[in-house]
Amino acid sequence: MTDQAYNFAYLDEQTKRMIRRALLKAIAVPGYQVPFASREMPMPYGWGTGGVQVTAACLTPEDRLKVIDQGADDTTNAVSIRKFFQRTAGVATTEHTPDATVIQTRHRIPETALKAGQILVYQVPIPEPLRFLEPRESETRKMHELEDYGLMHVKLYEDIARHGTIATAYAYPVKVEGRYVMDPSPIPKFDNPKLSGNAAIQLFGAGREQRIYALPPWTEAVSLDFDDHPFQPSKAPHDCDLCGAADSYLDELITDDLGGRMFVCSDTDFCAGRRAAGHIGRLGAAEPEVVP
Amino acid sequence: MYVAVKGGERAIDNAHAWLAEERRGDPSVPELSVAQIREQMKLAVNRVMAEGSLYDPDLAALAIKQARGDLIEAVFLIRAYRTTLPRLASSRPVDTAAMAVDRRISATFKDLPGGQVLGPTFDYTHRLLDFTLMAEGEPPAAAALPLVAAVSPQRDGGDCDPASRVPHVTGFLNRDGLIEDAAPEDSPPPDLTREPLELPAGRPLRLQAITRGDEGFILSLAYSTQRGYGRTHAFVGELRIGHVGVEVEIPELGFAVEIGDVELTECETVNQFKGSKTEPAQFTRGYGLVFGQSERKSIAMSLVDRSLRWRELGEDDTGAPAQDEEFVLYHCDNIQATGFLEHIKLPHYVDFQSELELVRKLRAEARAMKEAAE
Repeated sequence: MTDQAYNFAYLDEQTKRMIRRALLKAIAVPGYQVPFASREMPMPYGWGTGGVQVTAACLTPEDRLKVIDQGADDTTNAVSIRKFFQRTAGVATTEHTPDATVIQTRHRIPETALKAGQILVYQVPIPEPLRFLEPRESETRKMHELEDYGLMHVKLYEDIARHGTIATAYAYPVKVEGRYVMDPSPIPKFDNPKLSGNAAIQLFGAGREQRIYALPPWTEAVSLDFDDHPFQPSKAPHDCDLCGAADSYLDELITDDLGGRMFVCSDTDFCAGRRAAGHIGRLGAAEPEVVP
Repeated sequence: MYVAVKGGERAIDNAHAWLAEERRGDPSVPELSVAQIREQMKLAVNRVMAEGSLYDPDLAALAIKQARGDLIEAVFLIRAYRTTLPRLASSRPVDTAAMAVDRRISATFKDLPGGQVLGPTFDYTHRLLDFTLMAEGEPPAAAALPLVAAVSPQRDGGDCDPASRVPHVTGFLNRDGLIEDAAPEDSPPPDLTREPLELPAGRPLRLQAITRGDEGFILSLAYSTQRGYGRTHAFVGELRIGHVGVEVEIPELGFAVEIGDVELTECETVNQFKGSKTEPAQFTRGYGLVFGQSERKSIAMSLVDRSLRWRELGEDDTGAPAQDEEFVLYHCDNIQATGFLEHIKLPHYVDFQSELELVRKLRAEARAMKEAAE
């Protein structure tokens, strides 16, 4: 492949304009799923084609890009997407959340609070929060039009009746500015509170399903719940074994076949930053390890 | 110190290097050239062009080589290339009656204007492995080539010139009013690759989706209609394969110019129709048009097309998958399907972790309730 054969950030300018129009509409109607003519991308559907198209449409040569998957900069797909934009757009990249102007993410919101001017781009597999209650797109679009979310409340109620609690742990639906019920992508519900009132622009791209939606800065996104069963974010009841953080989302690692476990921050940049600042967890060393 | 979660970048580079080595295979065996694939794996090239929606035999052959023969991966490479190409112009509708036919058969009439032309078909070959093809060094003699030797073209009409116009079979039926009208439509068709799919989709959009849909999926759907899941009662009125010119209107010139030609397979089915509350008894049509020599796909396409037309013809919805436009259109694209299917091998630590917490919590609560009850 000759890199010169492709436009800045891969997509041609006409396609970018089409995506930007969809983005503007999405920003104007928070939580509403805007259909867009998603293109084939050089990575498969399911790998983040929606997010990649949104990022490509947002990037300028001056941007500094961060890409995370499962909270980490070093997971294979994050590396691959970061390399893709290094190659096709030549933009600067960073792993440091505050330094990034555009952050593409899969399944997490960074622990470090985002600030005005930053764009967080989510990769979305199934944009429709009602999909597993009603499989037909023609039906669910009508339900959104009519603000008919009874089915969702019945589902949550049945969860409580059956399990005593709402049995949704990730991709936990939110109601945006009192109007559209929105799927926040498969982030753990621990991250849901960060969706609401965030200073950054939050953009959601679903490539295979051809939908874009958005949360403009300072938009209210309320996790669905009942007065007597309020929403509860959850995480593993531990501190990070490397940096000691008690308030970050943790990955569970199996360290041996005798039931040994360790818990570490899913957000690798957050964890490394804490360790660099001298925080040490149960099994941690003072300095982040050097990757060979 | 636990560091196994690190090292993704190096792992990817090594995996790609290994993949390149595997693609080449044993270096003592001569490397395949793209031209060899284009010429000798032509039906694979055709399938990649059809499902990749890009008519370029050289690039399709390159994609097959790069994809190590995985045709869906090759289709994917072509789609990802095609999507970056600017849309310079739209061609005029191709005139398949002016096709230079290599093959043209009708299953509904023994003889007809334009004749029956078998062409290069597997249809009447005996499926016996031809071990002479395995013999290395000497190319097999022309007389031993099974594709042309097994049948001999039988052209009726004596002096039939394949380049002259070959009228469509359905046109003969239409003269007697026995088959539904299919009036030419001048409105530009929607473009699936430029606009998001919206339902209900019209017939042009459905045909567009099916012609680039997965051959296996369309085949099985068509087969299901033959076995009673939304019956289509189809006859192959006509199947033709050959080259047609592609013309583009040049605004500056004020007339159309032929910019090249493409090989197409066109299938028109004639379907039994006993009439409904709104329509009298009449034959109806199913239509298939696919890049290259792609007979199986074009026949399957015309059956699925016909099956999806139940609503406009006032037929009953029997709940068959092939009658369900949303089901068919949302699942026929193998690039979408394989992407979403295979993505479940990507890391899902975070989601799984949240599920782990939930299951533990539910189990702990259940245990507590059981203990409280005892």
